[in-house]
Order: sequence, then structure tokens, then C-alpha cells
Amino acid sequence: MSYAPSAAAVKKIDGIIAPYPEKSAALLPVLRVVQDELGCVPPEAETWVAAKLGIQPIRIREVLSFYTMFRRRPAGKTIIQVCRNLSCTLAGAEDIIGFLKERLHVGPDGTTPDGRITLVTVECLGHCDHSPCLQIDGIDHGPVTRDGVAALLEELRAHE
Amino acid sequence: MSEDAVRLIPADEGSWRLEAYLRRGGYEAARKAVMSMAPADVITEVRKAGLRGRGGAGFPAGLKWSFVPQGGAGPKYLCVNADEGEPGTFKDRAILVRNPHQLIEGMTIAAFGVGIRKAFIYVRGEYGRIAGRLREAIAEAEDEGFLGGGIFGSGFDLEVIVHLGAGAYICGEETALLESIEGRRGQPRLKPPFPAVVGLFRAPTAINNVETLANVPLIIGRGADWFLGRGLPKDGGTRLFGVSGAVRRPGLYELPMGTQLRTIIEIHAGGPPEGVAIKAVIPGGLSAPALRPDELDVTMDFDALARAGSMLGSAGIIVIGDKIPILDVLKVMARFYAHESCGQCTPCRIGTSWIHKTVMRIGEGQGRASDLDHILRLADGMKGRTLCPMGDAAALPVQALVTKFRDELEKAVAR
Ligand SMILES: Cc1cc2nc3c(=O)[nH]c(=O)nc-3n(C[C@H](O)[C@H](O)[C@H](O)COP(=O)(O)O)c2cc1C
Ligand code: SF4
Ligand code: FES
Repeated sequence: MSYAPSAAAVKKIDGIIAPYPEKSAALLPVLRVVQDELGCVPPEAETWVAAKLGIQPIRIREVLSFYTMFRRRPAGKTIIQVCRNLSCTLAGAEDIIGFLKERLHVGPDGTTPDGRITLVTVECLGHCDHSPCLQIDGIDHGPVTRDGVAALLEELRAHE
Repeated sequence: MSEDAVRLIPADEGSWRLEAYLRRGGYEAARKAVMSMAPADVITEVRKAGLRGRGGAGFPAGLKWSFVPQGGAGPKYLCVNADEGEPGTFKDRAILVRNPHQLIEGMTIAAFGVGIRKAFIYVRGEYGRIAGRLREAIAEAEDEGFLGGGIFGSGFDLEVIVHLGAGAYICGEETALLESIEGRRGQPRLKPPFPAVVGLFRAPTAINNVETLANVPLIIGRGADWFLGRGLPKDGGTRLFGVSGAVRRPGLYELPMGTQLRTIIEIHAGGPPEGVAIKAVIPGGLSAPALRPDELDVTMDFDALARAGSMLGSAGIIVIGDKIPILDVLKVMARFYAHESCGQCTPCRIGTSWIHKTVMRIGEGQGRASDLDHILRLADGMKGRTLCPMGDAAALPVQALVTKFRDELEKAVAR
């Protein structure tokens, strides 16, 4: 299967590449555009990106496997990232993670059976003064309690 | 003079907007530098101000800039380190959110001093939304002629590119950051050559932390002596102290360099909550060796903390209360470094994962009498034997916990 991003994405990608002295340097931001569009970076997209930036496909694989924010397989529509580093642990992060696992019926790094939500645990989100904290689709929340998390899940459901 | 004008984190409404920054006297220092100073004088003034790097190592910023070769026809780059991955640290986020123009102005002055025309701001991937605000600020500055071509109508140009990371602590290490901007895995490079000579795209490169650069307009605008007066005689300015953990008022406190650690915790952050006593304090991000409650009468500056056997690092203070088992702290620490090792050097790759496995085994009640010594030996084997400072950053805080809280950990092992 071959892949080509939408015209809008291609335009965005061209804009991203332009200021870099070497095209290949735009790899991380370009992969992000692809992932935003497809939900992950599948093998056929690797081929497209490699051709676009004039690099070997293996370079794409190397980068995808190194950075935790890149996914090679689809995840849920919504991604919940819960911090479990020290400040958050001191403030009860493990309890929040346990509560989320129970509510969503998934393990960490798991997706709900309906494909809606993926739960991942992460290291420090740089929001330690609001610990325990989490990020839902890029938006920070904290400090959160069990009740607060339940309300956030309700909100997600309401926005379906 | 309003206090907001000299704060890194101002309190005025809409503080991140250009008009608010201009009201606080923004871009006057850059105008002064570009229109009336020689580049070499900019570097001299910053050297006189004793501005030490706020990213972790505390290297003097002006001295670092002076290592970048002057003149020459080829490109040179400025890289801003906004990776902020050190656990317990949330200061650069605050600058990006509340005062992005002061960072941009600092970049302009630094670039003018070093003779740079292209800069990258490496923002950690998790700060994607914050990067959006930064891009807006850059566009505002370009529209007003404070950035881009012919700054202030002079012949000086500076182009700024925001580059988002994608989740990897090691990319905060300066040479890994360069690799990451070049579109590769964030694996640190062997030094020397130092980035000042061979850096981004093999060109001379200056790399500085967000907070470091945000201080530069204050130095150029008000002078090195004023800046030194705000801190210590050889270590000028204020510092953004982040406090999290067992305190009543977690948050960011902008105080003179050299403020007492105990004062920050007890007075500013309100001390531990009712019924909690302090068991340990990590003074400068997770990689800084922990201090015991009887070691808190130390001033928060690079040299004093080094003498106390720890480091100022990112000035992210984590207060650990007496209800938390030290083993839990050790578990988080061991997991973090094992997860974040880039894997290039054997002592770091094997050492961090072996320490992690040993700590987890103790946690499962399967501890062996030799485990703590084993951990200390593994940590010793990493120190000074790795390509980048992460080997030490992983070994030292583990050793400190095991040594200082040995009695408690022995009990966990024997359980
Ligand atoms: C493992 C590791 C992680 C680091 N992470 C950061 C970081 O997130 N932000 C930062 O500014 N410096 C970080 N540093 C320090 C940088 O390597 C470098 O010293 C700094 O960006 C220089 O800027 P400064 O002199 O203005 O402090 C890290 C260093 C190491 C070894
Ligand atoms: S010390 Fe660790 S993080 Fe640094 S280069 Fe070696 S393996 Fe990578
Ligand atoms: S430890 Fe959780 S945000 Fe820093």
C-alpha cells in the first residue's frame, strides 16, 4: 500500500523543511505532521518521508524507535499521558494510574477495546508544581484527584 | 522601576504579549546592543556579570560564547535548550508561557555578540502547545522588526526556528540535542571537539538554556554590576527555584542566587504540610544527590552545593516527606535512568538497567544481603566512564540515597 499525505499536510511539510540548512534535519517535525494525520507512522509513510527528505528508509525507523512520542501502530483517538516521576509519585501518581486502569479496563500503554482512549505512563511532564498531573491530547491537567480524573473522563465521553 | 520589568516571570496581565513586554521596557537592551555596542563588548559585559548556565552545569555563558571563533564566512548557529526534561524542573516552561519575548530578546543579543544569523529553539515534544505561543511571539517580534532581516533597521539579521523534540530525556544533553535537530536519534557525541567549534551541521554553535538567555537583556540593559548585585559576587542574578513534593505551596520562586535552601522550603514554599516531616531534599533536579534534613542550611548556588556534595543543577527542589519509603524514591530514580539511557556506552546501558532490576527485586521482597553494595559498585563503575555526563547523573543520586539512607534500605532488603 502506498501512502501520500493530504495536500494540506504536504504544504505544511514543505513549509517546515524550507528553513533547515539540510532537508533531512526536518525529520522529527515532518514525522509529527504525518502522525497527527494518521494517528501513527506506518511503514508506507516511512517510505514516503524517506523519499521526501532524500534519506534511507532505515533512518526513519531508527528515529521512530528512539523517541517515545512516535508510534508505529495506531493508538486511541485520545491519548492520556500520566506522569509517574518523583514529584508526581510523592503526590499519589500510582493511585491515579491504578484508578485510570480500572476505569478504562486497560493496562499502561493499553487502548480501550472501543479504540477511543490510550493510556500511557510517562516521565516528568515539567508540571511538577501541579502534581500529580497528566496530559490529555496535549493539554495539561493537575493536580488531579480520583474525582477530578473521573470528571475528565466524563467530559471526554460527552465530547464524543 | 516596576519590579515586573526585572523579573523573569512577570505578574502583569497578558505578560507574554509584545505590547506588555514593551511596557516593561522590552527590546531596549537589544536595541542598545545592536545599534551602539561592538559585538565583543556584549560578550565582555556578560562575562563581567558572572552569568552561569542555568541548564545544569553552570558554565559561564560569556566564556562559552568567547570560544566560538570570531568572524569567518561560514554559518554559525545558536541553539536554545528548551528540552526541560530533568525531573522536578518546570522553570523554562514558565518563561516560555509568561515571558517568551525576553528569551527572544536574549537570543538576539547573544546572536549579535557571537555573530550568528540563524537560531534553533529545541522545545521538548510534550510542550507542543507552549511551542505554539512561542511561535506567535516570534511572529510578533518579526512584524515589529525586532527579529528577521535588518533588525532595528541595522544590517543585522536573525532567523529563529522552533524545533520540537519527540520524547527523550537525553536530548537535553547538548550534543544529543544537536543530533536531534539534525534529524537523528539523540545520541551524544564524543567531545572534543566542543560544539563551540564543531556543532550543528558541523558549524560553530553556541548552546544555552532558556533561563540563561532570558537573563541576558537584564545584563545588557542594566549593566553587569547591577546584575551581580542581584546575586553573588561571582554568580550573578536571580534563580528560578521550583519547589515540588511535600510542601504547602509548591511553585516557582524567583530569588537571589545564593538564597538559603531552608528558607526557600520553609518560608517561601510554606514548609511541609501538617503532620509531615522532611526526610530528604533533592536540590537541583532528580540528578542532584539528595540532602538529609540536617544538611539544608546551604546556600543555593553552584559552588556551595558542589561543596555540599550535590549540585544546583536545574534548581528544581523536590521535598520528600517522612511518609514515603526511600525505596519508592529509589525505584523511580532507577527506572528513569534505565529508561532514558541512550545505550551507546556499556557502563551506562548495563549499569542503569542492572541497578533498576536490583531495586525492583528488593521492592518485591526478594532482596539479598549483598544488594546495596552491589548497587553502589555498579554506580561506581559508571562514574567517569561514559561518553556523556548522564553516566554520572545516574550514578551519583543513587549512591547518595543508598549511602545516606542505608539503615532504612537495609530493612527493606531484609523484609
Ligand atoms: C542527561 C542530560 C540532560 C540534560 N538536560 C538538559 C535540559 O533539559 N535542559 C537544559 O537546558 N540543559 C540540559 N542539560 C545540560 C546541557 O547539556 C547543557 O549543559 C546546557 O544546555 C548548556 O546551557 P547553559 O550553559 O545555558 O546551562 C542536560 C545535560 C545532560 C547530561
Ligand atoms: S552515558 Fe548513557 S546516555 Fe550518555 S552517551 Fe553513554 S549510554 Fe548514552
Ligand atoms: S514529576 Fe510529574 S510532572 Fe514532574
